Amino acid sequence: MSWAETYATAWHAIRSHLMRSLLTVLGILIGIAAVVLTVGLGLGTQRDVSAEISSLGSNLLIVTPGSDTDAEGMRGGFGTGQTLTRRDGQALSSQVTVPDAESVALERESSQSIEAGQSNWTTTVTGVSGEWLHTRSREVALGSFVTEGSVDEVVLGATTAEELFGTTVVVGQTVTIADNSFQVVGVLAEQGSSAETDLDDAAIVSLDAMSSVIVGGTSSETVSTIYLKAASTDQISAVKQQATALLLNLHGITQPDDADFTVSAQNALVGTATSVYRTLTVLLASIAALSLLVGGIGVMNIMLVSVTERTNEIGLRKALGAQPTAIRRQFLTEAAMLGLTGGLLGALLGIVAARVLPTLIGSSVVVLPLAVIGSICVAVAIAMIFGVYPAVRAARLAPIDALRSQ
Amino acid sequence: MNATSVAAADYGLVADEPDQAVIRLSDARKTYRTGSMEFEALRGVDLQIQRGEYVAIIGPSGSGKSTLMNILGCLDVLSDGDYRLAGHNVADLDSVELAKLRNEEIGFVFQQFHLLADLSAVRNVELPLIYRGLGKRERRERALRALERVGLADKTANRPGELSGGQQQRVAVARALVGDPALILADEPTGNLDSTSTRDVLALLDSLQQQGRTIVLITHEPDVAQRAQRVVQMRDGELEELSSPRSHAAIRSGIEVAR
Repeated sequence: MSWAETYATAWHAIRSHLMRSLLTVLGILIGIAAVVLTVGLGLGTQRDVSAEISSLGSNLLIVTPGSDTDAEGMRGGFGTGQTLTRRDGQALSSQVTVPDAESVALERESSQSIEAGQSNWTTTVTGVSGEWLHTRSREVALGSFVTEGSVDEVVLGATTAEELFGTTVVVGQTVTIADNSFQVVGVLAEQGSSAETDLDDAAIVSLDAMSSVIVGGTSSETVSTIYLKAASTDQISAVKQQATALLLNLHGITQPDDADFTVSAQNALVGTATSVYRTLTVLLASIAALSLLVGGIGVMNIMLVSVTERTNEIGLRKALGAQPTAIRRQFLTEAAMLGLTGGLLGALLGIVAARVLPTLIGSSVVVLPLAVIGSICVAVAIAMIFGVYPAVRAARLAPIDALRSQ
Repeated sequence: MNATSVAAADYGLVADEPDQAVIRLSDARKTYRTGSMEFEALRGVDLQIQRGEYVAIIGPSGSGKSTLMNILGCLDVLSDGDYRLAGHNVADLDSVELAKLRNEEIGFVFQQFHLLADLSAVRNVELPLIYRGLGKRERRERALRALERVGLADKTANRPGELSGGQQQRVAVARALVGDPALILADEPTGNLDSTSTRDVLALLDSLQQQGRTIVLITHEPDVAQRAQRVVQMRDGELEELSSPRSHAAIRSGIEVAR
């Protein structure tokens, strides 16, 4: 039996049970679309995050509390523990101990509700110390920056100002943060927003205001992040070494592996975030692949029904001289065709969704041609794998028994 | 019937020895086992059918008639004994070779017609040739010729559902003919037909026999059996030669006895 005949026969069988075939195809279709979309979403987010981290500024080193002994950055994580203090920040600012650092900034963040008259807005209030503007590559558009040590001054981001007052011309206004009055002394120049965070939605106070007035408590010396700006890209690793050595010394830690802080370069952060998102992508894609598996089981189910229903036909074909191979091939081809149709339609749906989704959720979706072709191949393979058992069963039917069933 | 042997050679099946007998069954035994139960469906059947013969096998249900038909049609294999079909020792063949042998040497006509409902008459007739691997053009040509032979040249594009029972059975006969087999094996071919259609189909078988075809007809109807030159009767797994030449009375009494 030629391939053309096999295809024709399989196509005929599919067409004669169109509804059933369509439902089977739907199972595969959903699986493939889910895989294409989750992988695309994962890659897209990965790209967004990399871009976002890059926008933080170049030559930047970030010191965060918590250990990070794992090269992939999977242990400890950022911002855990309270091991960084102002003392660390002051030491890092010293030109003697960290000669290659151009500037240093300390940050302590807290999510707070800011009130201005009738309106209020919840945002991240950051207490800063040191050369924050220079280190974080920000500028004041209007007014001035908060004075070091002041407890009643605040600088707002453009978005925050807009939300509270409906304008960015707000210098001289008063806002209330955690029941304390603050005077708006300046507005930050717009930085633009990335996909996930609006860099212009911010309120900057001095570190003293944050530690003693806003959050207070016993941990007034704690800082959440220390930023070091190297004079140039070439000096990043030098600064990193100097900072690490100094902090180990200050914290009385002899083994670098036991460090209770993490110094990461911005590019390392990109790597870390990328690996985190890659893991997430793999996870999501695995879940999507499960639905593909269910689709495969659907194919098997439908093929078994098909074999049972066509027992008589199989018997006749065998009586007329069809060899077991021909029968097996006929059913496998039928399964492969279901898989291919599902794969093609699923990939199409995935691509369409990848176009539509970013406008809805604001996250980019990257659909790689290779991933699309790969998933179509997987659809065919899965359908065929699950088609093997029904096909073998059909091929093994004894012609007499098959002919007798009516 | 030189065409048969040529085609057989094409197909890779070579008869062990030249033999005029199409069917040579010696001491054929078939035992079915269901758990601890054993049932002997054939208890040492000897049967020889020569090329060009028209033989009817009669017998009540449970007599081993169907088993014999399955054995003759290479749809089942013997438990013991020897079966040669057109010179091929059937016991030696595996399922692939049996499929080839059926394709090459046997044309089946079934009681329920067994036509594929989705295919047109000509496509149904083509089926054996598809499995033989013939090209499209030759297939179509031979199928059309076979349909013409059974008087359905004008119904080639019709599907089975659009044909009468008698016409469907004629399509089935065309399908049995198209591969030029050594044997046409008809299992109750008129069982589902009215009397007019029965006459048609039997007349068709008669004319095929006159053209030198070897026909084995399995039936329980005496009127049908009497068309054959030779009638054998199955009873309790054993075969008995009833009449040769044909005698209506003998066949009728044979069937009475069998009942």
